[in-house]
Amino acid sequence: MAALKIKKGATSHSAYNLRPNFSDVVEKHTLAVLVENEPGALARVIGLFSGRGYNIDSLTVAEVDHTGHLSRITIVTSGTPQVIEQIKAQVGRIVPVHEVHDLTVEGPSVERELAIFKVVGKGEQRVEALRLADIFRANVVDSTLESFVFEITGAPDKIDAFAELMRPLGLADVARTGVAALARGV
Amino acid sequence: MKRQMTGAKMIVQALIDQGVDTVFGYPGGAVLPIYDEVFQQNSIKHVLVRHEQGAVHAAEGYARSTGKPGVVLVTSGPGATNAVTGLTDALLDSIPLVVLTGQVPTFMIGSDAFQEADTVGITRPCTKHNWLVKETDTLGATLHEAFHVATHGRPGPVLIDIPKDVQFATGHYESPKPSTSRYQPQVKGDMAEITELVAAMETAKRPIFYTGGGVINSGPAASQLLRELVDATGFPITSTLMGLGAYPASGDKWLGMLGMHGLYEANMAMHDCDLMINIGARFDDRITGVIDSFSPKSTKAHIDIDPSSINKVIRIDIPIVGDVAHVLEDLLKVWKSRGRKTNSEAVAKWWQQIEEWRSIDCLKFNQSGKVIKPQHALARLEALTKDHDRYITTEVGQHQMWAAQYLGFEEPNRWMTSGGLGTMGYGFPASIGVQMAHPEALVINVAGEASWLMNMQEMGTAMQFGLPVKQFILNNERLGMVRQWQELLHGERYSQSWSEALPDFVKLAEAFGAKGIICSDPDDLDDAIMEMINHDGPVIFDCLVEKHENCFPMIPSGKAHNEMLLPGDHETQGVIDAKGSVLV
Repeated sequence: MAALKIKKGATSHSAYNLRPNFSDVVEKHTLAVLVENEPGALARVIGLFSGRGYNIDSLTVAEVDHTGHLSRITIVTSGTPQVIEQIKAQVGRIVPVHEVHDLTVEGPSVERELAIFKVVGKGEQRVEALRLADIFRANVVDSTLESFVFEITGAPDKIDAFAELMRPLGLADVARTGVAALARGV
Repeated sequence: MKRQMTGAKMIVQALIDQGVDTVFGYPGGAVLPIYDEVFQQNSIKHVLVRHEQGAVHAAEGYARSTGKPGVVLVTSGPGATNAVTGLTDALLDSIPLVVLTGQVPTFMIGSDAFQEADTVGITRPCTKHNWLVKETDTLGATLHEAFHVATHGRPGPVLIDIPKDVQFATGHYESPKPSTSRYQPQVKGDMAEITELVAAMETAKRPIFYTGGGVINSGPAASQLLRELVDATGFPITSTLMGLGAYPASGDKWLGMLGMHGLYEANMAMHDCDLMINIGARFDDRITGVIDSFSPKSTKAHIDIDPSSINKVIRIDIPIVGDVAHVLEDLLKVWKSRGRKTNSEAVAKWWQQIEEWRSIDCLKFNQSGKVIKPQHALARLEALTKDHDRYITTEVGQHQMWAAQYLGFEEPNRWMTSGGLGTMGYGFPASIGVQMAHPEALVINVAGEASWLMNMQEMGTAMQFGLPVKQFILNNERLGMVRQWQELLHGERYSQSWSEALPDFVKLAEAFGAKGIICSDPDDLDDAIMEMINHDGPVIFDCLVEKHENCFPMIPSGKAHNEMLLPGDHETQGVIDAKGSVLV
């Protein structure tokens, strides 16, 4: 089975961090799952989440290693520490899964999401939307006399904030990719 | 060595190379090329079942009684969907199976072709892993990988879906090589954790071993090491339904099965222990009762090959991920090297307490009058068959629990029952699989009449292959366990829980050309059982028993281990509260 490269806690002597603290506080965790890029691999992961009643806040998947035939699934999930540990163990035992990383506990990581916003408006509203887009470093990727399409990249909360600001300015449509994440450093 | 052959031939060749001697199956359009190859060889016996569910349960019986993977071959569409119950059963009980299904040709997949079903989609959540093979060149390697995955780590069922054009086409085949698979689960336990468990064992005052099917799955060496460990430490041992036989029922450290219908002394000891050593069990809800009051005073160690079993329901203090045999070997080594210490004075006191619980004699029953009590029927079956080379399968319900309580198992792999999924209809086909693997043994399926009817078509299989399986039916004309719960929980409103229009089982047996025996008088029971044992051929034994007997002891749902109902607790109304009644 894939090695669960989970950072060892102070209480863990084993390869697995099986002595989590059992608080009842629901935490949000970002998991990176390296999985063989074979038919049905994503369905296995998603089916596990729905079948066992786990939450998926966001999920992205794409092949990241063409020669090694590996895909990377980034899952943002939430649950108590016990549930998070279960999720990691359950995902880890799916046969084509190579590695499961809990980026939330393994150290600092960067999270990025891309979103596209369509904002429809005229006059001062339109100018304000453009001004705010500039502040958020969003790019205009399409424009008509009555609309803009902005492209924005950032951590999910930055995108949430931008969406909130655009709402009163004529926000008409949103597409978001979900989170991609990597550990910082070497 | 690479060879060219058709996909169909490759399948048979791979089975031979994997050491398969028996396949359970049923032909159909999408597996005709494979059946054509089966026809042209003599290495593998094919057992033609009467329904695909029967094939999977038979393969489970074969696997559970031999430790080898069971192999199933069925067609596409309905063949595959009929196999789903068996796959789920094997997944929940961790039984290694390799199931081969035919599929419509690759160019027709997705067109709603005749007998097309999305087999890998349907079976994804009820297999350990599955594959759809689209090229004949990858078929051989996939077959070998399937056997590897089914039997390594926590065993389980795997499925390979093979389109008909892949069976016809020619491709490269390579014989299996020593494991090149990436799938290599950890088998050695962490030494620091093992040492910590040894330290806990040295000082424990009220220790208990709680063992499960993982000991049996780990192989005969695990049972041997378990026996050595129990006898050397003198600690009491209990087991789940799945683990019966790993430690002998005649052993003096044996407390009997634990759980919902487990023995009083076993459950009380689990509740009051200060060190619980779980070996290859998974804290199933039939075992724990209500979680909040499960063994509140104990340090809990858990040995399991599947990391996801640990901390799933019960918080574990000493987790050890590994194969039971590997871990027990290291555990014994460490314990011996540290001087074979136990807190023998305290453990002796613990045994005194256990003996007190045991003196309640929770399995006592009173056979009087002219009606056979089901417990009595099983006690007599035990007395008259225990010295035989005996294998027991069961269906699901009251009779299953009574069988677990009143039959004693001295060796592993002698007891085949549907534990996790609770599949009525499991026992009869399973007995066929066991008998195929052990032609000379006495194979008995302890059944209820309702469960047995669910797969009774397999009488044809038993007759065709001359399998002398004994169907010991405790006939109470009720769905006994459902009836019991309706009595305890639903105001004695016995909704749909009786068996009406039952067949005459003797005539049914005779219609198939088998022997039928009916027994209703306790005085005739021994002779009737002997007649069953001595008959060289399949027997349907219709044992008419007390219709309203309840299965005790019982932990009512929503209650703790120390709140058991015992036989003679006649005040059973209202023992399950509103919170407990939502539990299954």
